[in-house]
Amino acid sequence: MTDFNYDQTLHLKQLLPQDAIEEIDHWITKYPPERKRPPIIAALKVVQDHHDNYLTEELMQAVAEYLDVPHVAVYEVATFYSMFHLNKVGKYVISVCNNISCSLRGADKVIDHLQNRLNIRVGDTTSDGLYTVKTVECMAACGGAPMLEVNKQYHENLTEEKIDQILSDIAAIELNKANQEALSDSDKEDS
Amino acid sequence: MANEVCFRTLHLDTPWSLEAYESVGGYSSLKKIIAGELTHDKIIDELKLSALRGRGGAGFPTGLKWSFMPRNMPGQKYVVCNSDEGEPGTFKDRDILRYNPHQLIEGMIIAGYVMNATVGYNYMRGEFYEPFERMEAAIAEAHAKKYLGQNILGSDFCFELYNHMGAGAYICGEETALIESLEGKKGQPRFKPPFPANYGVFGRPTNVNNTESYASVPSILENGGQWFLDLGKPNNGGTKIFSVSGHVNNPGNFEINMGTPFKALLDMAGGVLGGKALKAVIPGGSSSPILPAETMMDITMDYDAIGKAGSMLGSGAVMVLDETTCIVELAAVTAHFYYEESCGQCTPCREGTGWMSRVIHRILKGEGRMEDLDNLDRVAGNIMGRTICALGDAAAMPVQGFLKHYRHEFEYMIEHKRSLVKG
Repeated sequence: MTDFNYDQTLHLKQLLPQDAIEEIDHWITKYPPERKRPPIIAALKVVQDHHDNYLTEELMQAVAEYLDVPHVAVYEVATFYSMFHLNKVGKYVISVCNNISCSLRGADKVIDHLQNRLNIRVGDTTSDGLYTVKTVECMAACGGAPMLEVNKQYHENLTEEKIDQILSDIAAIELNKANQEALSDSDKEDS
Repeated sequence: MANEVCFRTLHLDTPWSLEAYESVGGYSSLKKIIAGELTHDKIIDELKLSALRGRGGAGFPTGLKWSFMPRNMPGQKYVVCNSDEGEPGTFKDRDILRYNPHQLIEGMIIAGYVMNATVGYNYMRGEFYEPFERMEAAIAEAHAKKYLGQNILGSDFCFELYNHMGAGAYICGEETALIESLEGKKGQPRFKPPFPANYGVFGRPTNVNNTESYASVPSILENGGQWFLDLGKPNNGGTKIFSVSGHVNNPGNFEINMGTPFKALLDMAGGVLGGKALKAVIPGGSSSPILPAETMMDITMDYDAIGKAGSMLGSGAVMVLDETTCIVELAAVTAHFYYEESCGQCTPCREGTGWMSRVIHRILKGEGRMEDLDNLDRVAGNIMGRTICALGDAAAMPVQGFLKHYRHEFEYMIEHKRSLVKG
């Protein structure tokens, strides 16, 4: 925080694609026009989604400028709510519930299996920057315990096989993306 | 019979669609209102007769709450739905939002009509992306049919409904914290009074109800308050959705008549997992004190019976524990939760939840002392009633409950440095 230079404000419109700005603008319309703070949570979520799942001081300042609220108003929201990450995290954040119902149904085993498969501890990020594993409190899906969330998606009634499937699905998506990028790169070289 | 109220579309193909909801009688109460057949006073009378009590956990009579709203006060008033479902063990509102969103929407429109409010907010917890999509689609459908928006069904009644989302904070389920959060701030509860009915969202009169409470209203108005009351028992009207989880073969939501014996609910949930013996039940979310099996097997599921047995019906989250459950471990999970989720505003809760969590974890590590147990009880007692909101009480009550019924398990672990149950 101490190194932060408030003169170098980044502007949200330069940081986000147009559709993300439109999404924030839509949230703004839901509240009385004289109220500037209600869209802060939604705006921070949009920004976090477009910035590798985490927020920085500069991004919070840009949100404050865009919504015309004091920087501290955004900062206190970003630091209060658990869905905001203030440090770099993986592209896929795996949130494992270890509250009562999930722990009764084997949340510990879920955590162990993920730690073994990804070779990290809870709270850490894999060295390739792909996965972060964290534990979270009850996510209102106790009927499907044990459960976890990968970014915005719930996965319930977990077994080791199911967890392996989730990880291999993600790996397939990533491989596909890498192939497509390589393909478009070679297209460029050809032309 | 099950699934008669909030889950009445559940047997249909696309239970969340407008078509499905209308096929079971949905939006007929709204049409009656627009036709002038249902007045403000009549609606409140029916709700009072129905004995519908707040489904979020507090159990306050909904009709009475609605009557507190200063309907004739000039200026904006708000109707807010608390879909910040976060009480550990509770997962019913998520299913109402996903499978019968229109019934919630109609309930909120009716509330708007009764309270002369033209704007409503549905506050959903931040992780509810799937329910959010369903709600957004349902609101669009209702708009297209003129059930929502300007000049509803050609009348001069207007009501706009917006979905709002949180970002991960249990405390925002407390109604004044929810209001703060809706205003874009940290979710720290407000001192009461003034109550939200006088000073709520943006300083305006506001009515906050739980998702299941609003969603019960259309059925009550269609069938009458007496019908709803008769489904349950006096002072405990209607059906209630019980979220059954933990050690059962068939966990899930069960919408059943208030006053159904616990035994019958346990059977619906397939009995205890793997045929093991029942040890205890946490009957109303993690804030409610634990009740031993022998107590549970004798009681019915309603506010008064569970209250009399020394716990609470709460949000209807029934967590079933089999004979292999170590109560000290359970207490550690519970205490840690409240420590994590205390908003930090009031000293007794901020400090006390941390103390309780650390002491229980110390016992779990085999480093406990006998005097820890009295200390735990004392810390819990010093939090109770000394905080702005009920989170303090919610943190203290389960710890006191664990100590009351299972003190010997704590003593065993302190003495032998291992679990009485797990060895």
